[in-house]
Amino acid sequence: MTTLNYADIHATFAAVNPALADDGSADAKNGSAAHAPAQLRVAKLGRRQFMQLTGLAGGGLMLAFTLRAPRAAAQTAGEALAPNGFIRIDADGILIFAKNPEIGQGVKTSLPMIVAEELDAAWEDVRVEQAPIDAAVYGVQFAGGSMSIPMNWDPLRQAGATARAMLVGAAAARLGVSPADLRTQDSHVLHPGGKLAYTELAAEAAAMPVPEAESLTLKKRGEYRLLGQRITGVDNDALVRGKPLFGVDKTLPGMKYATYQKCDAIGGKVKSANLDAIKAMPGVHDAFVLEGNANAMELAPGVAIVADSTWAAIRAKRALQVEWDETEAATDSWRDAAARAEALRGESGTRVVDAGDVDGAFAAAGKRVDASYAYNFVTHAQLEPMNCTARFAGGAIEMWSPTQTPGFAIRNVANVLGIAPDKVAVHQLRCGGGFGRRLYNDFMCEAAAIAQRVEGVPVKLQWTREDDMCCDLFRAGGFHHVAGAVDGDGKVSAWRDHFVTFTNDGERPVSSLSPRVFPSGLLANVRFEQTQLDWKTRCAAWRAPGSNVFAFVVQSFLHELAAEAGRDHLEVLLEVLGEPRWLKDGDPAVLHTGRAAGVVRLAAERAGWGRELPKGRALGLAFYFSHAGHIAEVADVSVDAAKRVKVHKVTVAADVGPIVNLSGAENQIQGSVVDGLSTMMGLAVTFEKGRAEQTNFDRYPMLRMPATPAVDVHFVDSEFSPTGLGEPALPPLAPAVCNAIYAATGDRVRTMPISEAGYRLA
Amino acid sequence: MADLTLQVNGQQRALSGVDESTPLLWVLRDELGLVGAKFGCGISQCGACTVLVDGAPVRSCSLPAKAVSGAVTTIEGLAPDDAPLTALQQAWVDLDVAQCGYCQAGQIMAAEGLLRRNPSPSDAEIDEAMTPNLCRCGTYLRIREAVKTAARNRERDAGNTGAPA
Repeated sequence: MTTLNYADIHATFAAVNPALADDGSADAKNGSAAHAPAQLRVAKLGRRQFMQLTGLAGGGLMLAFTLRAPRAAAQTAGEALAPNGFIRIDADGILIFAKNPEIGQGVKTSLPMIVAEELDAAWEDVRVEQAPIDAAVYGVQFAGGSMSIPMNWDPLRQAGATARAMLVGAAAARLGVSPADLRTQDSHVLHPGGKLAYTELAAEAAAMPVPEAESLTLKKRGEYRLLGQRITGVDNDALVRGKPLFGVDKTLPGMKYATYQKCDAIGGKVKSANLDAIKAMPGVHDAFVLEGNANAMELAPGVAIVADSTWAAIRAKRALQVEWDETEAATDSWRDAAARAEALRGESGTRVVDAGDVDGAFAAAGKRVDASYAYNFVTHAQLEPMNCTARFAGGAIEMWSPTQTPGFAIRNVANVLGIAPDKVAVHQLRCGGGFGRRLYNDFMCEAAAIAQRVEGVPVKLQWTREDDMCCDLFRAGGFHHVAGAVDGDGKVSAWRDHFVTFTNDGERPVSSLSPRVFPSGLLANVRFEQTQLDWKTRCAAWRAPGSNVFAFVVQSFLHELAAEAGRDHLEVLLEVLGEPRWLKDGDPAVLHTGRAAGVVRLAAERAGWGRELPKGRALGLAFYFSHAGHIAEVADVSVDAAKRVKVHKVTVAADVGPIVNLSGAENQIQGSVVDGLSTMMGLAVTFEKGRAEQTNFDRYPMLRMPATPAVDVHFVDSEFSPTGLGEPALPPLAPAVCNAIYAATGDRVRTMPISEAGYRLA
Repeated sequence: MADLTLQVNGQQRALSGVDESTPLLWVLRDELGLVGAKFGCGISQCGACTVLVDGAPVRSCSLPAKAVSGAVTTIEGLAPDDAPLTALQQAWVDLDVAQCGYCQAGQIMAAEGLLRRNPSPSDAEIDEAMTPNLCRCGTYLRIREAVKTAARNRERDAGNTGAPA
């Protein structure tokens, strides 16, 4: 068993769905004060308990993922070798099942690569299929928290090695030799007189006993032939041919098309609607009101329209007139929140971290800096709008969905329909982006409720982009009043941060500082405080939750302190990291200062830190640790007098352990840089009267090709276990760029997006 | 409701009872089962729905099908019936461009339109032609490289075709 203590996972799961924990099975009992990190509530995962929750000193939470290979699936005697849920080898070929949802993070390719490596299968012999959603075979299947690689590394290696051992055993039996005299390579067992193909041995191997995991010998890193190579995605041929792959591409015979209109201010209920007029429109099959189930993460009230085509449904939705009861609807205002946060400048909040003698260190400081940082709400904007296809018949429902949490979806849907979870079948389809949005299955609950209403008729629910942006679960904005002390030696001696955040339920913050947030654990004197503002609009996980904004604040402010001390940023950052040490031995979710310093030095060296650049052009540095990844980035940026910003190049150094798929890993970093730059330059969702003011891409200017910087990626070849890359390369980008802007101009940008400080892309 | 005839991927497609306002995208996806072009924004902002009409990229989400008189080419028309991939598609595979892949059919069609009118575009010309197409995953560096690779390979292939055996 491997245990991963993943503080970052709070943010990914904390808000997945409170109702999932209503059976009381898995509430975290950490006994900490109300300001502690969000109570983690996840569903009881059945008797296998892949996920355990444990309290952790300091108010944090520990998630222990019990990693074990799925139990052997029933063997089809004499035909296929299928010793577990990941492999099926028969005379026709080698099939490997991809366990988790593919959302663009590349796991449909990288997870099977891990199996194939230990199986010693030649990659070109392997066919990959999406695994069925089946907790009994696979345990929890999800895409979130950059967890797919670290959670599955051991079980998948064992799955491959298990099948390999059985194939070797079958060959040994056939040849009358010892298994020790045989070796494997490229889908064959090699023996002194020749070789036997796995496909040829599969039927005999299936009759061999399944070896115990402890008896398996896994490859050493130096023996890898496939891992670390550049492997193109397994769906790429189908993708470039435009074949149906995504949720939105699903069709069923006789299928109808649905839209669902909710109140733009969450909490609004349907008072009346022009249903008769809608039902009279051409192509409209039905229109009806759904009351909702009082769980904003499942089914909000609204009007469903079922039609003969997507366009007929969209047209009818445009013609729909709904009178909303907004008695309990959101009235959130970003301007009000900003004013309230500003009024808290200089005030105290609830202490989350209080280490050392902060007041004493400030009193003794040679210099101090006070600053206020702010960042807006943003939306996920995954390019495929929410959709789900469902057919309800005979008291059971079958669904085809692009979700990040198919297992949780079963619980959500069962709850909404009032049926048992075993009456819900979910088929996983490829997701057109995730970024955290598809951790939440409100769209599936809507499709389920509509399908139940039109029983027997398959129906595809299609959200419009406007639905998607109005009804998102947003990355929350926030405000930080920070102060830092520099002692007489020019060292950073104390740090304070009063974080003004939000709460959806009046209790838990939507985002929280913790003892894991930089520079806690590194500086002797650190105080984090929080104040929560009430906010009804739903807030939830967005790529690298927490870290995607905290990095901007803390890595910018560290540069401020270095500048105040008159010292080089790189030198101060390395000084704060200090001697090489693991802040908690053996815990991949905790910062290792040696790995951190390693990537900081590597990025600085490769970017040419300290070199002369023309006026108006400078390098900016930032480091962040999140999702078990140590990442440093150096941005090479020009700024002109009109505040036009050109990011020429971003140099990235990453230590995430051994790389599984070099092409995929590099792609994730390139994409994280683009996403980070896009978001920090110009993206914001503002709210008035509880409504998002940006409802389509015309007012949400995501980065396009001409502004894309060169991205120079360097991986540290470390001996640690591999960890995920979907998230950790995003957080350092914004502070690296802002630090470069400061270095180039002397102007410190303390707001995201930086368009609010007058900057724009060149 | 109207009858409609479209020329799609070299075939005449007759449709009846199509609402007059129906965008080309929804005719392709819902009526003709060509789901390569994707719905992203509905207002010509993201380019996921890009197809070619008479060789030029258009945003099919906002173009009424009844206004289309030219020849429509969708991603399915580049290498139909599992024919070998075109140089452009192959470059996308070889460079492992896609992350989620949702925008890529639109990206490829925008690139196809570019290369048909400009067989060897500069980086700046590629950037300009590809600006209408968003990639939320941020694969722009690989898209640009794939377009350049495809341009080189198309020229090579054209040269080979013209050469004596």
